[in-house]
Amino acid sequence: MRRSAVALGRVAPAVLLAVALLAAWQAVVVVGKVPAFLLPSPTAIGGELVALWPTISGAIGVTGRNALVGLVLGAVLGIGSAVLAGLVRAVDGLVAPVVAGLAVVPVVALAPVLYTMFGAGSELARQLVAAVAVLVPVHVNTRRGLRQVRQVHRDLMRAYAAAPGQVTRTVTVPAALPFVFTGLRLASSLAVISAIVAEYFGGPRSGIGSFITTAAAGSNYARAWAFVLGGVVVGLVFYGVALAVEQLVRRRSGPATA
Amino acid sequence: MSAPATVPGPVVAHGAAVAVEVHGVSRVFGRDGTAVAALQDVSLTVGAGEFVSLIGPSGCGKSTLLRLVADLDRPTAGSITVFGRSAEQARLAHDYGIAFQQAGLLPWRTVRANVELPLALHGVGRAGRRARADHLLELVGLADFAGHFPDQLSGGMQQRVAIARAIAEEPSLLLMDEPFGALDEMTRERLQVELVRVCAQTRAAVVFVTHSIPEAVFLSDRVVVMSPRPGRITSVVDVGLGAARGDGLREDAAYFDAVRRVREALHGGSDVPSRGVETR
Repeated sequence: MRRSAVALGRVAPAVLLAVALLAAWQAVVVVGKVPAFLLPSPTAIGGELVALWPTISGAIGVTGRNALVGLVLGAVLGIGSAVLAGLVRAVDGLVAPVVAGLAVVPVVALAPVLYTMFGAGSELARQLVAAVAVLVPVHVNTRRGLRQVRQVHRDLMRAYAAAPGQVTRTVTVPAALPFVFTGLRLASSLAVISAIVAEYFGGPRSGIGSFITTAAAGSNYARAWAFVLGGVVVGLVFYGVALAVEQLVRRRSGPATA
Repeated sequence: MSAPATVPGPVVAHGAAVAVEVHGVSRVFGRDGTAVAALQDVSLTVGAGEFVSLIGPSGCGKSTLLRLVADLDRPTAGSITVFGRSAEQARLAHDYGIAFQQAGLLPWRTVRANVELPLALHGVGRAGRRARADHLLELVGLADFAGHFPDQLSGGMQQRVAIARAIAEEPSLLLMDEPFGALDEMTRERLQVELVRVCAQTRAAVVFVTHSIPEAVFLSDRVVVMSPRPGRITSVVDVGLGAARGDGLREDAAYFDAVRRVREALHGGSDVPSRGVETR
């Protein structure tokens, strides 16, 4: 009882502020007779959201799937390349400039090229764009995480005559995990943004991004905003899950590493 | 390899069995132009069950010597045997337990899992590990903290966990590199008494690096005094205060006498001022 009351006390101000802002927005649009192409009212957006929910939820599914595939693919490549680079010095020399190069490439700019490569009906281009965007922060953070083993722990493992596999399991991976998951949290937002923006450049009319462009091109601004809200939902879910997992890992790997 | 005049010959232990035998060991860091001799022609013998402290100012090579015995580093010249085998063989056979100035606990493991670590790495079963860890935590007075994480413990408690971990496999040799160096004086004295008690139970030989004269005297059968540039043994002080050490010993005349003798050895035995040595 007390705890829920405390939680309510913490959440209430934010909810109140949101309600007040929405009310003010509605008032400005109605009283000021703001044209819809400039700023649709919250009720108009809400109406579109309800009316088009089947389409919007479908688009959320498609974009969310693209972002997830990209996130998983990029994470596997980012973590894998970081582990390899940590093990083999020659790989480190090869991978470092590639990652640096990827970091400065505006990845979504690749989208039109990829659509041509994989065909306009394929979602693969979008997934690849998301994967490339994810790869960089995951790789960089994993690389740093793998360097976190303290000298005293290294000495200890040597004193115990621990096998390389034991060293990896006992100290290297636990020390690196919080960094890996910080990279994944940063990457989760990037995956969603990249997946949505990649849709602006063509491909099948299936995801949030393509519906936003279609609605805006058809001067249906309230509808465009409703799809933007759908995009916000995808972003929130990805970020929320990634943050929760990161917190869990940090707690399990000891607050000292936080 | 002739020994300089200031260095006594190989120090012979009292007991018959030998735990550590260091013979003519040198360790040079760096290359030609910038080479630094951390240790030069050091010879030392530690008997089984004997408590030997290495003391000297910063840079005298006492930690380097300990790392060589632990095979965490290799000598440039000379030989080291631990229970009759090479330092590397002894390390691979898990012949020694070790503790450092930093407790070096794994922050993502509970206190119990930290104590169990060497046992787990060396294939001891779950039940055996648990029973042993419980016994060890009882021994260092931390039975109530088995489920805690290291960062929930004070520095002194963490160091006690590290000591429990070091003796987990009942080693016949304990190597300790300033394990109480980062602790306050009260905690340090309490842990010294605990260490004496633990050593009396395990009958392990101990090589203990410190820069505190009272600590060395309180704990040791013999105190090995070292001096820097290059690191070498200048003298060895027999303390011989007997096995029954308690806090009362710190007021004893024999204790003060031994402290005086170690201090004189530190100051007289080196041609450079022995700054960096604690005289508290």
